[in-house]
Amino acid sequence: MIPFDYQRAEDTRSAVATVTARPGAAFLGAGTNLVDHLKLGVAAPDLLVDVSHLPFDMIEPLAGGGVRIGATVRNSDLAVDPVIRQRYPMVSAALLSGASGQLRNVATTAGNLMQRTRCPYFQDVTTPCNKRRPGSGCSALEGYHRDHAILGASRHCVAVHPSDLAVALTALGAVVQVEGVKGARSIPIIDLYRLPDDAPQHDTVLEHGELITAVDLPALPMATRSTYRKVRDRASYAFALVSVAAAVDVERGTVRDVRVALGGVAHKPWRARRAEEALRGAPATDDAFRAAAEAELAGARPLRDNAFKVPMARNTIVATLRELTRREEP
Amino acid sequence: MTTGLTRPDGPAKLTGTAHYAADADTSDALAAALVTTTVPNGRLTALHTADAEAAPGVVRVLTRADLPPLGELSTPPLGFPVPPLLEDTVHHEGEPIAVVLAETWEQARHAATLVRAEYADVTPAVPFGQAEDVVPHGGLVFGETDESKGDVTAGLAAADVSVTATYTTADRHHSPIEPHATLARWDGDQLVLHSSVQSVLFAQAALAALFGVPPENVRVFCPFVGGGFGCKGFVWPHIPLAAAAARVTGRPVKLVLTRAQMFTLAGHQPATRQTVSLGATSDGRLTALRHTSSNASAQLGDYCENTPHGSTWMYASPAIETSTRIQRLHRPGPTPMRSPHEGPGMFALESAMDELAHELGMDPVELRLRNEPEVDPLTGEPFSSRKLVECLREGARRFGWSERNPEIGSMRDGHELIGWGMAAATMDSPRSPSSARLRIDHTGHVVVETGMQEIGTGLPAMVQAVAAETLGCPPEDVAVRHGDSDFPPHTGTFGSMSTMGLGSAVRAAAESALEKLGAEPGDPLAGALAEAGLTELESEGRWSPEGGGMTRGRTGGYSIHTYGSIFVEVRVDPDLGLLRMSRAVGVYAGGRILNPLAARSQMIGGITWGYGQAVLEQSVFEPNLGRFLSKNLAGYIVPVNADIGEIDVSFVDDDDRVASAIGAKGIGELGAVGVSAAIANAVFHATGRRVRDLPIRIHHLLP
Ligand SMILES: Cc1cc2nc3c(=O)[nH]c(=O)nc-3n(C[C@H](O)[C@H](O)[C@H](O)COP(=O)(O)OP(=O)(O)OC[C@H]3O[C@@H](n4cnc5c(N)ncnc54)[C@H](O)[C@@H]3O)c2cc1C
Ligand code: SF4
Repeated sequence: MIPFDYQRAEDTRSAVATVTARPGAAFLGAGTNLVDHLKLGVAAPDLLVDVSHLPFDMIEPLAGGGVRIGATVRNSDLAVDPVIRQRYPMVSAALLSGASGQLRNVATTAGNLMQRTRCPYFQDVTTPCNKRRPGSGCSALEGYHRDHAILGASRHCVAVHPSDLAVALTALGAVVQVEGVKGARSIPIIDLYRLPDDAPQHDTVLEHGELITAVDLPALPMATRSTYRKVRDRASYAFALVSVAAAVDVERGTVRDVRVALGGVAHKPWRARRAEEALRGAPATDDAFRAAAEAELAGARPLRDNAFKVPMARNTIVATLRELTRREEP
Repeated sequence: MTTGLTRPDGPAKLTGTAHYAADADTSDALAAALVTTTVPNGRLTALHTADAEAAPGVVRVLTRADLPPLGELSTPPLGFPVPPLLEDTVHHEGEPIAVVLAETWEQARHAATLVRAEYADVTPAVPFGQAEDVVPHGGLVFGETDESKGDVTAGLAAADVSVTATYTTADRHHSPIEPHATLARWDGDQLVLHSSVQSVLFAQAALAALFGVPPENVRVFCPFVGGGFGCKGFVWPHIPLAAAAARVTGRPVKLVLTRAQMFTLAGHQPATRQTVSLGATSDGRLTALRHTSSNASAQLGDYCENTPHGSTWMYASPAIETSTRIQRLHRPGPTPMRSPHEGPGMFALESAMDELAHELGMDPVELRLRNEPEVDPLTGEPFSSRKLVECLREGARRFGWSERNPEIGSMRDGHELIGWGMAAATMDSPRSPSSARLRIDHTGHVVVETGMQEIGTGLPAMVQAVAAETLGCPPEDVAVRHGDSDFPPHTGTFGSMSTMGLGSAVRAAAESALEKLGAEPGDPLAGALAEAGLTELESEGRWSPEGGGMTRGRTGGYSIHTYGSIFVEVRVDPDLGLLRMSRAVGVYAGGRILNPLAARSQMIGGITWGYGQAVLEQSVFEPNLGRFLSKNLAGYIVPVNADIGEIDVSFVDDDDRVASAIGAKGIGELGAVGVSAAIANAVFHATGRRVRDLPIRIHHLLP
């Protein structure tokens, strides 16, 4: 057993200062991902600073009509919040499609966003993995990569980000609030996550010691008509092969505005901007949805064994948009 | 006795007072952790243990040189035929090379990561399919590798319609919630072992032979097993290792396998590649049946299931030919996993039957009915009891099969494609000796003792029921004690054999008690004892199949098997390739059903298990690493509740007094058979896609 220290954070500032000052320290949410990594030897922090009891457990309205989700709000609480369910159903659906009831009851919002890839090599310290040990190589590239990326990968890493919540937040254009020793900053979630390039050890742009305190959702009225669709081998309790978060605003058969993000396809939740552009002003038809999906996926570079994800992503986009637009038109 | 009986062991399990192997008192025990190979082949050239020895809490690190000399032993009872710690040649990744002993489990596990091994001559592991097919030899070869009658080539040539296709099944792992666990304690030359095993008898015999002590010096306890499914049937290396470590250190040693070690040191179901050829006349009578299989196996042991076995008795055909070969590969040793042999084999046969029905334009149920044999088609011997036709007819009725539109893709529910498919099921009926001791005290209270371990199937309730039925007393008056090698021996809780053997033995014990008392069933027992002037009465019962040892289904001039039919409805999302099983109907003939409640549970579990084989389970063998990739239950997926729709289970009347004295046969594995073929057949009906490779995954069905 590798010994480590445990501290329960008293307040944000000291938590941030403590972790920043100690290179081997890490924040601890509910530990549903980090503690697994401790057991597997994937992570070996010498100090855990437990931030799960900091006073960020509120879901509050924001001045501009948006909503602020505190970093320690539990996934279950967030999923059933009446405001979230009514105004941002895709967030609720994404959460409920993930993990299990027991896990969601404890997992925190920030921990969910910061969870790490489920690439089997990453989780196995006996294998080379650039994300876990920079420079050691990527075992998945020529190995087992059915579940891996088709968009935005590099030869250094082809892993995908596992969070469902993050896909919905990416579609919504949420903004992550962060505290660091140098002060607070706001990071649009689309910029929080990185593509692997040649440094896959960094999932996000956060500096060591920077603490997520909240996630802000924009007002975005069209999100009331939104959903999350997750495709996987097992009906429940499995990560996405492909997922789609979508919101759409249709008027008299024409798409006025639309948001689409994909999960399970890239190192980060993938905002489908090309598809969105293609759809704005287009008719709300299967053909238009398919053309938009194909425009987005034109850049896909599947690996040897995951080419199926390209048609799967296309069809899931089409099916999700169809479902949203076939609902009663206002 | 035909009402459902609840389990006498239920409250203990529910309240946590049922003791499993790792619950044994360990206050003075050392914790052991295994160090295993990280390469699939080559040689172990050096082992550096100094860092581990210096780690906190570590008492000792054992390598091969530290082990006491061990006797020779065959497979089975061993699961894998090498000494429990490797000296030189590496046979597979995950093979034990050292044992770290420490004061706590955490210390032992951590120190195990500090042992460094060096290897030479490591080469890429040859994947299954790329090695030579060879004829297997030895104790892990289950049955004949080649069986035939008639001229299959001529039969195929004479056929009006024929189909030939190749089917594959995946490597699968049992990985029960309770991992393997052993606590070993020596007192002089007496060994006490608490171990999670499916046979205290095998464990006792194996350890006695290995350590050169008489069997009565080895006492094995295992009242409860937290799931086995075959992976605890044989004696795997950690069991003798725990005993050896206890002997060397003079302290009790507790060894619990990690979840990852459960994927390399307790067997798995090996991948198969099977080819079936069927010929038939235009009215659907088989003219020939050929079924061959190539199975993945390990470097050593030649584990070989009889994959095409069911094809030798299922259907009337003038010509039948089966053969099984293995490929010796650098991978962990396989072992039986619910359901071996017919589990993978019937996927191929029953898929091929569906293909033939389609070619013939005939209803698949009708095709099976037309090929119902009068006698065992291979041997010409009578069936002890065979109720396949009843199962097919009743299954079709319960499912509503007559409503099926045979046209492909013709049944829809809104956007979803509906497929209805069916298959027949069968298992061989191996049987083995069992025994029990029965004691009645002056109050009329009955205690039955047997070496059987309760593996989750409800055997104590069965013992209670049989004793109560025979004695004519209420089941609550019968207590059952089990899982101690000092009790009368029971061969093992595997191979769907326990109810037949143990049930028959308990009945014999109860009959003998009545005889001694001169009492009739139903006579108050307390009164009968008083009348006989006794305060206590003891009797023993034994049962064994003809010949006295373990037998397979074809024995004593009979062909003894179990049968069933399985009908499923699948729903396929045509855009996403998503497949779900919305409903299943299983009808079974497995001899007399002693406890309908427990039997139904078995079959629901079996059908769910079969769904896993059909749609989810696949242990990926990673060619670059030469090992199973995901040695955990996140990467190896099994069904969850949301996957499983409505399951309707029933039994047809069956009573097989040839198979056992109580008319019962074994059903523990039958329910998992045929499900995968029924699902594949339903998928074909829904989509027109014939998937011949398991598991059927989304990517097979994407448009
Ligand atoms: C069996 C299983 C199945 C799962 N299935 C799914 C699924 O289908 N979909 C899905 O989306 N997720 C799934 N998950 C993942 C689950 O959602 C995450 O484990 C969980 O959300 C993490 O939250 P936590 O609070 O436990 O984080 P922790 O494990 O405590 O932390 C995770 C990471 O976040 C960091 N962190 C925590 N709080 C902060 C903060 N405030 N600021 C900065 N960094 C922080 C930690 O340092 C750590 O690196 C599954 C997990 C398991 C175990
Ligand atoms: S894909 Fe990324 S996480 Fe997986 S092995 Fe390669 S580098 Fe590691």
